[in-house]
Amino acid sequence: MALSSTARLPAAKPAKRPGGLRRRLAPYGFLAPFFGLFAAFGLFPLLYTAWVSLHRVELQTSDRMDWLGFQNYSRLLSDPFFWNALRNTFTIGVLSTVPQLLMALGLAHLLNYRLRGRTFFRVAMLMPYATSVAAATLVFAQLFGRDYGLINWVLSSLGVHPVDWQANTWASQFGVSAIVTWRWTGYNALIYLAGMQSIPGELYESAAVDGASRWQQFRHVTVPGLRPTIVFTVVVSTIGATQLFGEPLLYEGNSGGGISHQYQTLGLYLYEQGWTFFHLGRAAAVAWVMFLLIVLLALLNAAIAARRNRTDR
Amino acid sequence: MATPRVRRSTAALGSAVLATALLLTACSSGSGSKDSADGKVTITVDLFGTFGFKEAGLYDEYTKLHPNVTIKQTDTQDEGQYWQALQTKLAGGGGLADIQGLEVGRVASVVQKQADKFTDLKTLGIGDVNDDLVEWKGAAIKTADGKVLGAGTDIGPEAICYRTDLFQAAGLPTDRTELAAKWSTWQGYLDLGKQYAAKAQAGNAWTDSAAGMFTAEVGQQKVRYSDEAGKPVYDSSPAVKTAWNDAAALVADGLSAKLAQWTPEWNKAFSTGKFATLSCPAWMIGYIKGQAGDAGSGKWDIAPGPGKTGNWGGSYLTVPRTAKHPKEAAELIKWLNAKEQQATLFTKQGSFPSSTGAQAAIKDVTDPYFNNAPIGQIFSESAKAMPAQVLGTDDGVIGKAFTDALGEVERTGTAPDTAWKHAMDNVKKADGN
Repeated sequence: MALSSTARLPAAKPAKRPGGLRRRLAPYGFLAPFFGLFAAFGLFPLLYTAWVSLHRVELQTSDRMDWLGFQNYSRLLSDPFFWNALRNTFTIGVLSTVPQLLMALGLAHLLNYRLRGRTFFRVAMLMPYATSVAAATLVFAQLFGRDYGLINWVLSSLGVHPVDWQANTWASQFGVSAIVTWRWTGYNALIYLAGMQSIPGELYESAAVDGASRWQQFRHVTVPGLRPTIVFTVVVSTIGATQLFGEPLLYEGNSGGGISHQYQTLGLYLYEQGWTFFHLGRAAAVAWVMFLLIVLLALLNAAIAARRNRTDR
Repeated sequence: MATPRVRRSTAALGSAVLATALLLTACSSGSGSKDSADGKVTITVDLFGTFGFKEAGLYDEYTKLHPNVTIKQTDTQDEGQYWQALQTKLAGGGGLADIQGLEVGRVASVVQKQADKFTDLKTLGIGDVNDDLVEWKGAAIKTADGKVLGAGTDIGPEAICYRTDLFQAAGLPTDRTELAAKWSTWQGYLDLGKQYAAKAQAGNAWTDSAAGMFTAEVGQQKVRYSDEAGKPVYDSSPAVKTAWNDAAALVADGLSAKLAQWTPEWNKAFSTGKFATLSCPAWMIGYIKGQAGDAGSGKWDIAPGPGKTGNWGGSYLTVPRTAKHPKEAAELIKWLNAKEQQATLFTKQGSFPSSTGAQAAIKDVTDPYFNNAPIGQIFSESAKAMPAQVLGTDDGVIGKAFTDALGEVERTGTAPDTAWKHAMDNVKKADGN
């Protein structure tokens, strides 16, 4: 019984006993909650949405499903309002993501210095992120009010002609983007800051020894060191921008995205089809197109990142 | 040595599965009703805009008569949002109140598509709740097989509300009869607007929006967006075309304050005097009082509008199938819609009664807020000439397409013809086929 070899490997023997089977299953047990929840709230809705998108389903008579095949999709692709929403999603995405990430990078760089009250600034950064979309949007909607908004009041006191921040296409897209930027800049700045702090100090020291200026250090040490972090934030922001919904919905409080649909995003277009016009089948088709679009964008991001890595080597 | 570890992992496995199961079941368990064991009943009422029951003290009166009843009201200001939420709840079958309000523009849709989701009020032991109403009001909520899905509350005869102080400042007459004569047609209304604009201060427009005028003018015709056979005629009906052209002329003459109705900016403009006139269905009286507040008292007046009639809005009260207290809800509805209460509601809030009995009782009502305007007489006359509108299932969506397009005309300088095409596209986008 008391063989020296088994004493050295106590785990090997019990593995053959029934308890060993259980132990091999244990990791699956730990994963089960996630996969259980994912199956119930992720996979099933996804597949059921695909099924619904092939039917005519109306919210008002939701127990009835008429088979349509791919008609919802073909109608979608021939609907100018879909393309309008896609274009808006893209322009608002660029208007919000690009300045947001650039500003976040700059702020993170500043926060990385030894500052007085550093913790305060870092917490303050995160405050907008902790604010609810609804609260933030309502405040911004007031600020951007055409007749009684603070921004137009400032503009007119400077002698600039007041802007219709709702009806004007670019102005309204700018308004929506401003909310997104305000909410997410701090969050991204903190992620960048975390990335910056993992860059070894020696790199900066040797760069300084070589006579690199602060700007050169930033460009040639910080940014390359942050590359994985930047890729992460770009992917997450792109997905966020593609799904943009709450801000444009609450900006004027309707699913049309403005009187000319000038800031109607894909998310809003989906919502309008499903919950204003009550065409659930069509909304499901939009949802799937959005899903495929995001997968496509993620693949594109991955491909670009992989290529950059290869060219670096 | 190994056994405890195995045990721990099985335990972890077990608890993980249990946690998952708990999470899943937690989502499916519904909440039961708590009351009615001690005879106490809470009736929930979900409404849009300002029905005014609470403001006119009717709930207090009812709970005094029925001490076992508590009434809980929730409301959404914008009817569009209310309708969306109502549809989502109807589809899900949960979260509905005992009494749900319904706007007249949605009635055809409910009667034709969702009759099975509401209770036939005849089955709740309150008799025919609509027998005292003007005929079309009751007929609109009746299904082809005779079910009564709701009780009619108010109707929306139209007039024009105006600011006497702004009129005086612009050198215009403020006498109701004189004004009614001057704007006996919509052209007359536009002409007077031009006179006003010539003398008024910058920033004090003639009226709030092209959309308001459009809706009021369209509301004067029997056939608007669909004809008697249910065929959509929004693209060709003369009523729509005429109203559209007049509204476009309003914008071209620079008479609109370019506000979007039912928005915070519009609400604020009531107290700042940004516009001098407003197309006023009777229920707008309550809205003006709410937005302009006590400071607005005495500044406003009401005169018969162009054509001296019109039909804009008005509502119903319904009991959804899933109501927890249908019987108690039905009794409350019957009481709220009885002619005495409808008359009270008009006197205090301005919601014009659909009950003929109440209409007879309010003929002499005047409103001190509006310089003692004889609102009873003005709106009674407007209601008498009111067309029994043909209601279509998509009236709400079509109306919004037109008012949005007029918003484009006045706010983005879009040519009326282009905006008209946008409206057509928008209706087609909403279309289910």
